[in-house]
Amino acid sequence: MRRYFFIKGDKVPGAAAIASWLAVFLLLSLLFWFAFSRVRFAWDWNAVYTYRFKFLKGWLVTVAVSSAAMTLSLVIGLATALAHRAPFLPLRYLARVYMEIIRGTPLLVQILIFFYVVADAFGINNRYLVGIVILAMFAGAYISEIIRAGIESVGETQLESARAIGFTRAQIYRYVIFPQVTRQILPPLAGQFASLIKDSSLLSIISVSEFTLNAQEVNAFTFSTLESYLPLAVGYLILTLPISLWTKRLETRFRYAT
Amino acid sequence: MRLEMNAIVKSYGDHRALDGVTLALPDIRTLAVLGPSGSGKSTLLRILAGLETPDAGEIALDGDPVRFDEEYLLRHRRGIGTVFQSFNLFPHLTALDNISLPLEKVHGYEASEAATYALQLLARFQLAGHALKTPAQLSGGQKQRVAIARAVAIKPRLLLFDEPTSALDPEMTVEVLDLIAELRQEGRPLVLVTHEIGFARKVADLVVFLHEGRVLEWGEASHLFERPSTPELRGFLDKVLRY
Repeated sequence: MRRYFFIKGDKVPGAAAIASWLAVFLLLSLLFWFAFSRVRFAWDWNAVYTYRFKFLKGWLVTVAVSSAAMTLSLVIGLATALAHRAPFLPLRYLARVYMEIIRGTPLLVQILIFFYVVADAFGINNRYLVGIVILAMFAGAYISEIIRAGIESVGETQLESARAIGFTRAQIYRYVIFPQVTRQILPPLAGQFASLIKDSSLLSIISVSEFTLNAQEVNAFTFSTLESYLPLAVGYLILTLPISLWTKRLETRFRYAT
Repeated sequence: MRLEMNAIVKSYGDHRALDGVTLALPDIRTLAVLGPSGSGKSTLLRILAGLETPDAGEIALDGDPVRFDEEYLLRHRRGIGTVFQSFNLFPHLTALDNISLPLEKVHGYEASEAATYALQLLARFQLAGHALKTPAQLSGGQKQRVAIARAVAIKPRLLLFDEPTSALDPEMTVEVLDLIAELRQEGRPLVLVTHEIGFARKVADLVVFLHEGRVLEWGEASHLFERPSTPELRGFLDKVLRY
């Protein structure tokens, strides 16, 4: 019995892994079974089932909005990280202010202010576009920190030898810094992308018709709360779980000595 | 190579690393720069390499004054091979790519041309079997030999070595010093900052002795080692040659 559940070190035998996973699964099942059995609730999956395509549509919008925001957030993050090291001082300070503001305020507040004040002032009324930009700016601030840490992890001595070789500044970034940074930042970057997908649910507040908003609407139409929100949780897990697992693999693969 | 330096001053904050270095060496073949820690040897070398700009003073190589603007320095660095104490190979590249990358991106070689030439050099330095290894898979001595191959590959007008063996075991020190001695045979001018006094004595034909940011003595190696005229150099040699 003991040998199935107590392991020293990192090597886990297959039998022990299966036994422990089963134990965890059992425990959680019990917990949820107990919780749900206490809820006096008349389950009605039929009402929700009729809205299945609405769920799917919302989920696809979440996928689309998140993918667009990810791409844009990478661009913003990279630009901010470079601005942080720019020779032109005001640019550095601008990058810092941007980061502090974004990281110091809740995303929900940013969405509201950006949508009702900034976007309005500039006459942008496509809420999908606004949603993507806000999400990208939010994630971009964190990504810039990830990239910056990656850039700074490339040792001073390497930069010096790159200079001694006669590389230009652009070449140093291109051939020495970026190849090393990409490997290092992939795991935290993937984590940030998973957060971004979850955070996209907040766009429901400005009526972006994404996954969460659609679930809320189904809930309103059918008065079936749990039947609307459980698929919601599963829908997000389908997106975030693979990223999380992939991150774990990356972390082990890129652990190379310098 | 003819090297002239006139009143070179370099400070880091309050610390004056070089305090008016003036030198005129008509023909450098193998120059050893000696001196205690903190005497300014490395700073002097870094200025020669175009990695550091002096606060005041002039340098000329073969009569060409070195201009300390980025554009000139870029060209200057491309003509000089520098080898550092801590190897400084790029960890994400193989030994082969470490050598061929600068050839390709800085010196305009075709990719295949650069690879062939890099392989030749590796073979010459008994490193052929390690061409596809990354620095993490190489020993300290092998890393330093790859670094030297990278510096030599560009056919520099001047080779600089900044304490190339300080980070090595004695055994590996020998393989690196052997290689430097071999390069010297080829007649490419080289400047060597080193703590290996025995080696400097053997290979150098010129010696500069720095002390507290100033040149106290310079001249023919044999002469300086036999008859040091300042008490500082005498004390220094006494200490480093005691054991």
